[in-house]
Amino acid sequence: MNEYLVNIENERLSFFTPAGEVKALNDVSLHLREGEVLGIVGESGSGKSVTAYSLMGLTAYPGRLIGGSLQFNGHQIEKMTEKEMRKIRGNEISIIFQDPMTSLNPVYTVGNQITEVVMLHTNKNKQQANERAKELLTLVGINEPDKRLKQYPHELSGGMRQRIMIAIALACEPKLLIADEPTTALDVTIQAQILELMMELKDKLGMAIIMITHDLGVVANMCDRIAVMYAGKVVEYGNTDDIFYNPSHEYTKGLIRSIPKLTEKEHSKLVPIEGSPVDMLNPPAGCPFAPRCRACMKICLREMPPYTDISDIHYSACWLLQKQEYEQAQKGDA
Amino acid sequence: MMENKNLVEVQNLQQYFPVAGGKLFEKKVVKAVDNVSFGIKKGETLGLVGESGCGKTTTGRTLLRLYEPTAGKIFFDGEDITKVNMLPYRRKMQIVFQDPYASLDPRMTVGDIIGEAIDIHHLASNKKDRQDQIISVLSTVGLNSEHANRYPHEFSGGQRQRVGIARALAVNPQFIVCDEPVSALDVSIQAQVVNMFEQLQEELGLTYLFIAHDLSIVKHISNRIGVMYLGKMVELADSYELTFHSVHPYTKSLISAIPIADPETSRKSKRIVLEGDVPSPVNPPSGCRFRTRCPYADELCAAQEPEWREVSTGHFAACHHLDKVN
Repeated sequence: MNEYLVNIENERLSFFTPAGEVKALNDVSLHLREGEVLGIVGESGSGKSVTAYSLMGLTAYPGRLIGGSLQFNGHQIEKMTEKEMRKIRGNEISIIFQDPMTSLNPVYTVGNQITEVVMLHTNKNKQQANERAKELLTLVGINEPDKRLKQYPHELSGGMRQRIMIAIALACEPKLLIADEPTTALDVTIQAQILELMMELKDKLGMAIIMITHDLGVVANMCDRIAVMYAGKVVEYGNTDDIFYNPSHEYTKGLIRSIPKLTEKEHSKLVPIEGSPVDMLNPPAGCPFAPRCRACMKICLREMPPYTDISDIHYSACWLLQKQEYEQAQKGDA
Repeated sequence: MMENKNLVEVQNLQQYFPVAGGKLFEKKVVKAVDNVSFGIKKGETLGLVGESGCGKTTTGRTLLRLYEPTAGKIFFDGEDITKVNMLPYRRKMQIVFQDPYASLDPRMTVGDIIGEAIDIHHLASNKKDRQDQIISVLSTVGLNSEHANRYPHEFSGGQRQRVGIARALAVNPQFIVCDEPVSALDVSIQAQVVNMFEQLQEELGLTYLFIAHDLSIVKHISNRIGVMYLGKMVELADSYELTFHSVHPYTKSLISAIPIADPETSRKSKRIVLEGDVPSPVNPPSGCRFRTRCPYADELCAAQEPEWREVSTGHFAACHHLDKVN
C-alpha cells in the first residue's frame, strides 16, 4: 500500500551518550497523506523533533537510527546515502526551524541565501534565480522584494525573518514541509500572521505539513491529524477532533485538562499532570507515562501497552483500552 | 481575601533608557515605560500582558526599584518608596524570574540560595533556625529537606522554578512580581506551578503582579488585567470583562490572535490578523502608538495621544474611537 506520502513504521533511534544509551524514539509509527497537516505535540524531550529530523536524514551525532522503515514519496529514507539525501532535502522535503534569528546566516544577504537554494536544485542561472527569489518573497507576503533581497537578516524583524525562512523552504515547492515550532519565538499577533500564511501556502501549493509544537491551540487551529508523543513514543494518534473531543490516552486527557482556556466563563482550577517528565536515561520498564498516570495499574509498570484501534485512524497505547476490549470479548462469549 | 486598599500603586511611571544615537553625541532614549499608572489591592493579582518590548517586564522591575524610575511615583502600603533606601522594603516585595535556568547561581546549593535571603535580612537567630526556615520554605513549594543540599543543575525546569519561588518566599514577602514565571516550562508542568501560585496566595495572603505574554494563563490567575503596547497601558479591566468585552482595538486583536485549543471554536471564530510589526520603541509613532497597525486609525490618532479614561466602572482604556470600534 503506497497511498501515504510519509509512512514511518516502527522507527527506533537512540543517542549513544557517554552516560548510556538514550532511546529517543521507541517504536514510532506515523503516516501522512499528500496535502495533509499533521501536528506532533509533546513535551520537550518527547522525541517530536527527532522524528521529523530523522525523516530528513538529519540525525545529529551521537544519534543513530537502529531500526524501522521511513518511507517518503517513494524513497526509502533509511537506506539512502548522504549524497542522495542531499538531492531531496530542500527539494522534495524542507524544514523551517523554531528560531529564525539563528537559522539564517548573518553574513550573507537574504537574497544570497534564497538564490543559493534555487540554483542548487534547479538549472536556473543567477539572474533567473534572482527573479525566482523575488517571486518567493512576494509569495510569502513581503513588500518591496528588491530592497529586502539586499538586506541582511539582522535588519529584519522576527516575523519577517520567519517569512524569509518559509520562502527558502518553499523555493522548490516541496511535497512536505516540516515546521519545527515555527512560531514559538514570535509574538501572538505575528504568530497569527505566520500561521495564516502557512495555511494559505499549503492550499496554494498543495504540500503536506508536519507541524511540531507544544501549543495545543496551534494544532487545534491548523492540523487535520495529531500525534501525541510521550518519551519517544506516539501514545495517541487520530483526527484533530478525536484527540480533542474523544481523547483516549490518559496523557492526552491530562494535557487537555492542564491548559487554561481563554473562552471559559468561570474560574475552574487547573488539573496538572503530577510528577516530572521521564528521565530518558532510565526510562521505566512499562508504559513511560505510568509513574504520572492517575489510572496506573500493575501491568502498566511491567509491560509496554500495545496499540488499540479506536476507529480507522484513531489509535492509542494504553492498557485501559485493552481491558475494555478484553471485557467486551468476554461479554461476547457469554 | 481582597481588601479595598492599594498595597502597591504607581503614578505616571516613566522609565527611559539611553541608547546609542545615530549621530555622534546625539542622545536618544527608549521610552520603555511611559506614563503608566495603576494600583494593586491587597490580596489581588494584577496581570500584565503584551508583546515583547511592550515594557511589561520593565514595569515590574521598576516597581521594585531594580531600575531607578525616570519619573513618576511608586507607593507601597501608602508610603512613597520612589526615593527611599529599599533594603527594608526588599523583605516585603520580591520577584520570581522567568528563566529558572539563568536566575539561580549554579555554584550555590539550593539551601544557600534560599539562605542568602534569610542572612541578608537577619531573619535567623542561629544556624539551626536558618536551616529550619529553609526546610519549611522548601516544603511550602513542594520540595523536601534533602533538596537543600543539591545544586540547581540537578533539578528539572519545574523544580527549579519552585526553588525560585522558595527564594522569594524565604523573607515572607507581602507582594511578589512574577515575571513570566511559567513561560519556560512544559505545558503539563505549567499547570502545577500556576496552581501553586494560587494556593500560596490563599494561604499567605500574597499580592501578585503577574507578567506574561500568554493571555490564557494571565486570565486564569488574575483578578484584573492590564494590556500594554509600546510602553503604554492601553486597557485595564477585570479579567473576565477584558477577555469577553474588551473595547480597545489592540486588545481585541490580541485576543483573537490567540489560537484556541478547541478545534470547533477555532473553526468558527474569525481572526483579526494585524498587519505589520510592532514599531521600534526608540521611534514610536506620534499620537496613539498603536495607530500604525490599527484598522480604525485616522488623522486624529496621529495628531493626539488618546486619553486614559474610564469606560465603565473599573474598566479603563485609551482610544479615540471607542464608539467606532464597538
